[in-house]
Amino acid sequence: MSTHTPHPDLSPPITNVGVIGWLRTNLFSSWPNAILTFAAAFVILATIPPLIEWAFIKADWVGDSRDACTSGGACWVFVGVRMNQFMYGLYPEAEYWRINLAAVLIVVLMIPLFIERFRWKLWLGLFILVGYPIIAFFLFSGGILGLEYVETSRWGGLTLTLVLASVGMAASFPLGILLALGRRSTMPIVKSVCVVFIEFWRGVPLITVLFMSSVMLPLFLPEGTNFDKLLRAMIGIALFQSAYMAEVVRGGLQAIPKGQYEAAQALGLSFWKSMGLIILPQALKLVIPGIVNTFIALFKDTTLVLIIGLFDMLATIEAALADPNWLGYAIEGLTFAAFVYWVFCFSMSRYSMALERKLHTGHSR
Amino acid sequence: MSDSNPNLAASDKPMIEMRQVHKWYGQFHVLKDIDLSVQKGERIVICGPSGSGKSTMIRCINRLEEHQRGQIIVDGTELTDDVKNVDQIRREVGMVFQHFNLFPHLTVLENCCLAPIWVRKMPRREAEQIAMQYLEKVKIPEQAKKYPGQLSGGQQQRVAIARSLCMNPSIMLFDEPTSALDPEMIKEVLDTMIELAESGMTMLCVTHEMGFAKTVANRVIFMDGGEIIEQNEPEEFFNNPQSDRTKLFLSQILEH
Repeated sequence: MSTHTPHPDLSPPITNVGVIGWLRTNLFSSWPNAILTFAAAFVILATIPPLIEWAFIKADWVGDSRDACTSGGACWVFVGVRMNQFMYGLYPEAEYWRINLAAVLIVVLMIPLFIERFRWKLWLGLFILVGYPIIAFFLFSGGILGLEYVETSRWGGLTLTLVLASVGMAASFPLGILLALGRRSTMPIVKSVCVVFIEFWRGVPLITVLFMSSVMLPLFLPEGTNFDKLLRAMIGIALFQSAYMAEVVRGGLQAIPKGQYEAAQALGLSFWKSMGLIILPQALKLVIPGIVNTFIALFKDTTLVLIIGLFDMLATIEAALADPNWLGYAIEGLTFAAFVYWVFCFSMSRYSMALERKLHTGHSR
Repeated sequence: MSDSNPNLAASDKPMIEMRQVHKWYGQFHVLKDIDLSVQKGERIVICGPSGSGKSTMIRCINRLEEHQRGQIIVDGTELTDDVKNVDQIRREVGMVFQHFNLFPHLTVLENCCLAPIWVRKMPRREAEQIAMQYLEKVKIPEQAKKYPGQLSGGQQQRVAIARSLCMNPSIMLFDEPTSALDPEMIKEVLDTMIELAESGMTMLCVTHEMGFAKTVANRVIFMDGGEIIEQNEPEEFFNNPQSDRTKLFLSQILEH
C-alpha cells in the first residue's frame, strides 16, 4: 500500500499576483481594455496637471485687491476678500457672532448623536428638530433680549442656503411620511387629498412655485397682509419637496411584506404604533438612498430662490462677479461655489452610507 | 361535537363561537356557513386542501380578515367594526404565521418585549424578564440579543411562538407553522407546540402534520370549498372518516 504524500503549497505564477498581476487583470485584460487604459491615461495627464497648476501652484492666495493676482493662476484673493459676503450675505458685520453661535450650537448638539452610548438620542433629536430652530430663529432675527433686529431680507450667503435647506429637509421629511401613509390609506377622502396634493406639487416646476409664492400670492391676500418673503419661499420649498419625499417613502412602504403588517396587528398594536415601531423603521431604512437623493436635490434647488430676490450663496457670488473692481473672476467664484455645494452634498452622501451600514441587521423577513 | 376531555364539558361558555359565518373575496365565496364552537383548553387541528378556507377561517378569529355575515364571539367579546372590541380580542389571541413574520430590525428580545410594553403598558424590565422566561421555554434564551436574520428557520418560528406567548394570550392560532421549514427543523417547532398544548392552552392549528394531529388534538376539522366537511376526535377521524371527500384527502396525504 502506498502512502500519500501531500502536495506542497506552491506560490502562484508571478503573472497572477503582485503589481504585474493587478495590472493584467484590471488594466490590460484584453485589447479593448488596454486601449481604454491608454485613452484614460491620456485624458488624465492632459487635464489634471494643468488644473492643479491653475488651482494651487500658480494661484494667488493672499492680498486685498486684484493687483495681488499676478502669478497667472487662480485668483483666490477674490474669494477671500468676498468671503464674509459669501457666508453671511448682507447681515450686519457686528452681528456675525450670532450666526457663528448658532452654527457652533448645532454642531455641539449633533455630536452626541454620533456617540454610540449616548442614551437620550431621541429627545436630543426632537430638540434639534423643534427647539433648535426656534433658538436659531431668534438668534438670527433678534428683536429680543437686546439683540438688534435684523430683517430676513438681509439674511444671505451660505447662511441663507443652509437655513433654507435645513428647514426644507426638516419640514418635508415628516410631511412626506404623512402624505405617503395617506396615499396608502383605505379611507377614500384622505387618500384622494394626498394623491391630489402629491400630483399637484410634483407637476409644477419649483421656479413656478417660488414665483407664485412671491408674486401671485400677495395678489390674492387681502391688502395690507404681508408675510415674509423668506417664509413664503420656505413653505414653497417644503411643500414641493414633501411631494417627492412622499413618493420615496411610499416606495419603502410597498417593499415591506404584508406579513409585517399582519404580525403587528395580531399583536394588538394600533395603526400608529405599528407604523412607528414596525413599518416605518424598516421602510425608511430601505429608502435611505432615495431620501438622501431628495435631500441633495433640495439642497441644490435652494439656489433657485435667486429669482425671487433672496440672496443665497450662489446669488451673492453672482453679485460679486458684477463688481467692477473684480471683473473677470467668474471661474474662481463659480469653482468656489461648486466646491462648497459639493462638500455638503458629498458629506450627506457619506453619512447616509454609514447610516445604512449601521442599520443593517441581516436580511430575511 | 365530541369532547375527549371530560373536564372541558364543565366550562359552559365557549372560548370561540362562530355562528353561520360567511366571507367573500369579491365574488368568491371563501367561507360558507361556518359553525364552530371551541371550549377552553381545546386543541383543534384544521386540515384540508389548499384554498379550502382554513387559513381564512382562523384569520377571521383575530380579524386579520373580516367576515361579512354571521357572528364571531371570542371570549365573550363579539367581533364587530368596533375597534375597541378588535383590540381587546387581539390582546387575547396570539398568532403564529407560516413565514414567522418576526420584525427583522429588532433583536429577538425586542421582538418579544414590543407588544407587552406598547400594548399592555408593561415596564420594560418586567417585559424583558417575561420575554426571557418564554425564550427559555422555547429553548433559545442564548439567542436573545441576536437579530432574526441570524437565526435558522426553526429558531425563528420558536421566537415567533415566544413573542405571542409574551402577551399572555388565552388562545393561540397557528397558521401552517411548519410549512416553510426544512424537514429537520419541523420537529423542534412541533415539540414546542406539544409542550404548549400540554400546558392547557386553547389552540387552533392549521397544519398538515398528521402526526401532530394524532398526538395532540382533541378534535380534527376537515375543510373543503369553504365548508367544514367533517369534524371528529383524531382516532375516529383518521380511522373512520365519514365523507368521501375526507377519505380521498386522507388517502392522498397519508399514502406516499
